[in-house]
Amino acid sequence: MPLIEIKNLHASVDGKEILKGIDLTIDAGEVHAIMGPNGSGKSTLSYVLAGRDGYEVTDGSVTFAGVDLLALEPEERAAAGLFLAFQYPVEIPGVSNTTFLKEALNAIRKTRGEPALDAMQFLKLIRAKAKDLSMTDEMIKRAVNVGFSGGEKKRNEALQMAVLQPKLAILDETDSGLDIDALRIVAEGVNALRSPERAMLVITHYQRLLDYIVPDVVHVLAHGRIQRTGGKELALELEAKGYAEFGADEAA
Amino acid sequence: MTTTTASPLPFAPFQQAALPGADLPWLADLRRAGRDRFAALGLPTPRNEAWKFTTLRPLEKLSFAPVPADAPAVPVDAIPAVAADSHRLVFVDGRFRPDLSRRQGLPAGVTLLSLGEALSTVPAQVEAMLGRTAAVDGHALLALNAAYLADGVLLHVAKGVTVDRPIELVFLAAGGSADAPLAWHPRLLLALEDNAEATLVEQHLGRDGAVYLSNVAAEVVAGPGARLHHYKLQEEGRDAFHLATLTTRLGRDATYDSFVLNLGARLARHEARSLLDGTGITCRVSGAYAIAGSQHSDITTLIDHAHPHCTSREVVKGVIGGQGRAVFQGKIIVRPDAQKTDGYQLNRALLLSDTAEIDSKPELEIYADDVKCSHGATAGELDDDQLFYLRARGLPLEQARALLVAAFLDEAVDEVVSEPVREHFRSRIHAVLERR
Ligand SMILES: Nc1ncnc2c1ncn2[C@@H]1O[C@H](COP(=O)(O)OP(=O)(O)O)[C@@H](O)[C@H]1O
Ligand SMILES: [Mg+2]
Repeated sequence: MPLIEIKNLHASVDGKEILKGIDLTIDAGEVHAIMGPNGSGKSTLSYVLAGRDGYEVTDGSVTFAGVDLLALEPEERAAAGLFLAFQYPVEIPGVSNTTFLKEALNAIRKTRGEPALDAMQFLKLIRAKAKDLSMTDEMIKRAVNVGFSGGEKKRNEALQMAVLQPKLAILDETDSGLDIDALRIVAEGVNALRSPERAMLVITHYQRLLDYIVPDVVHVLAHGRIQRTGGKELALELEAKGYAEFGADEAA
Repeated sequence: MTTTTASPLPFAPFQQAALPGADLPWLADLRRAGRDRFAALGLPTPRNEAWKFTTLRPLEKLSFAPVPADAPAVPVDAIPAVAADSHRLVFVDGRFRPDLSRRQGLPAGVTLLSLGEALSTVPAQVEAMLGRTAAVDGHALLALNAAYLADGVLLHVAKGVTVDRPIELVFLAAGGSADAPLAWHPRLLLALEDNAEATLVEQHLGRDGAVYLSNVAAEVVAGPGARLHHYKLQEEGRDAFHLATLTTRLGRDATYDSFVLNLGARLARHEARSLLDGTGITCRVSGAYAIAGSQHSDITTLIDHAHPHCTSREVVKGVIGGQGRAVFQGKIIVRPDAQKTDGYQLNRALLLSDTAEIDSKPELEIYADDVKCSHGATAGELDDDQLFYLRARGLPLEQARALLVAAFLDEAVDEVVSEPVREHFRSRIHAVLERR
């Protein structure tokens, strides 16, 4: 059984159709990449999967770990094991990273019937994960994403993913805003999560990230549809030729 | 002499003879004048510009009796304290309770008495301090407070004396019901002489279901170079009325740091008027509130810059749920002489429902030309992007909302300079939010 099966997915924003029939199946253990020009609908797909308000599904279906994903609230999707690393992580003044992640993890554990972690257990966990991502104690105590640089925000997303241990991680342009060292650290964090039970959907505009997170399958998204699917060599081809053949007016 | 007078309004006639200090002619005069003035003025109505957004109509339907002087002392168990070693005066239903109070180890030069004690031991000092800043004029609530003046606090800190530990004034409400509402009218006389320093924490606490009015009048005088931290927690019962009028006069180079937290009461108004009566003064008049159901919270302030080189800061933030209604009126006057004034005012409200309401009225009257004054007011709902982010990480909607509300209020309380008070206020906010 595939981990996620997206069939003929159509979605609109403000009455404008952005996704025009997406078909995509990912098995556990696989890493898929979605590449495409700006404005092609990559973030829209990730938001539709995460359940954001204002993204109206007009046709199609998504089955995730055997359940109808589209019928679930965003928090239920998270509890089911879906994780979206945001292209633009949100700042939340007044809420510390630690409090936020502890409440999130314990909320998810609760829906799974697992006991809550106490403050000490949680602190131990988050410290270990933060260390892997070269994040300081001070960073995990700060308010969520407040005063973080672009790269720090992306690392913070990777930290959340490492703590929440999702079944499917969708990484929306996690490479944007990262210098090469930060890119390597984040990619290592992602690779550490690779396992036969887990899958990743790596959304990116550039091939660079895929040098570090090597995908099994690459899809090209343009005009709201998957235009081509291939192996990792497809990413290199796109790097060389750009998205021109898909009707985009910009080079990669 | 016994005077029994028919009550003009929803207040039972009072028995002057039964009140403390009844044998002091000046006090009898003051009470009588207050009573006459209140009879003439009546309760403020929305026709009065300062009361446009807060109606006292619900008071008129009730009939408030004073607490009988011979009522037995109500047993009280735990009294929440900001600091374990604080000095503390406790009042239950407006009456001083020496058995619950503690004043050991006050430094020399500090007088901390209940008003009843002060009237019998240092009446001349009371006479000198009463009405020093709170001129009744057209102020009906001050007139009412004077008419029923029975108990309260006298704090006097002599020149250059620092009171290290916080002084807590705790007002507990135990009695009063829908059939027999009670009213009390505490008068707080608070004076710091030159370069004195103190931290004062008022707590007004009551239980839900108790119907009462607490009509507080506080008069603060801080002399040159004095530093007063003045914090107030209003957590009256949800069926109570809390009306407070605070008048403050600050001398040259004084620092006045104040914060009010409105969490309780059916209807609460905190009116604070600060006169910056010298140069080089720093005045902070901030606050926060969290209301729900049909609660009403009014914070009305006046900051009067009368001299040059003074700084004022006012940050008032609150959260309104249910059919709650909040009022913020913040007036800043910068008089012609008050050059180099630095004034800052911010008012932010978070509306949690379609039926929540805020009336925000910032008012800047600036008559000097070389000043820096800014103000801002915003009202809005919880941020959708933040909510989605939290939910996408697994927090259920209600939990995500609660986390954002608590964060908003935690930030509001950042204005409190004293750390133990800040922590106490935060823990009260969290307790109140959890109960809702
Ligand atoms: N909230 C929104 N409101 C209106 N239009 C939107 C919104 N989000 C995305 N769009 C539009 O949808 C299209 C796809 O955007 P997006 O999914 O962000 O593309 P990508 O992530 O591939 O750059 C664009 O034309 C964009 O302008
Ligand atoms: Mg995008």
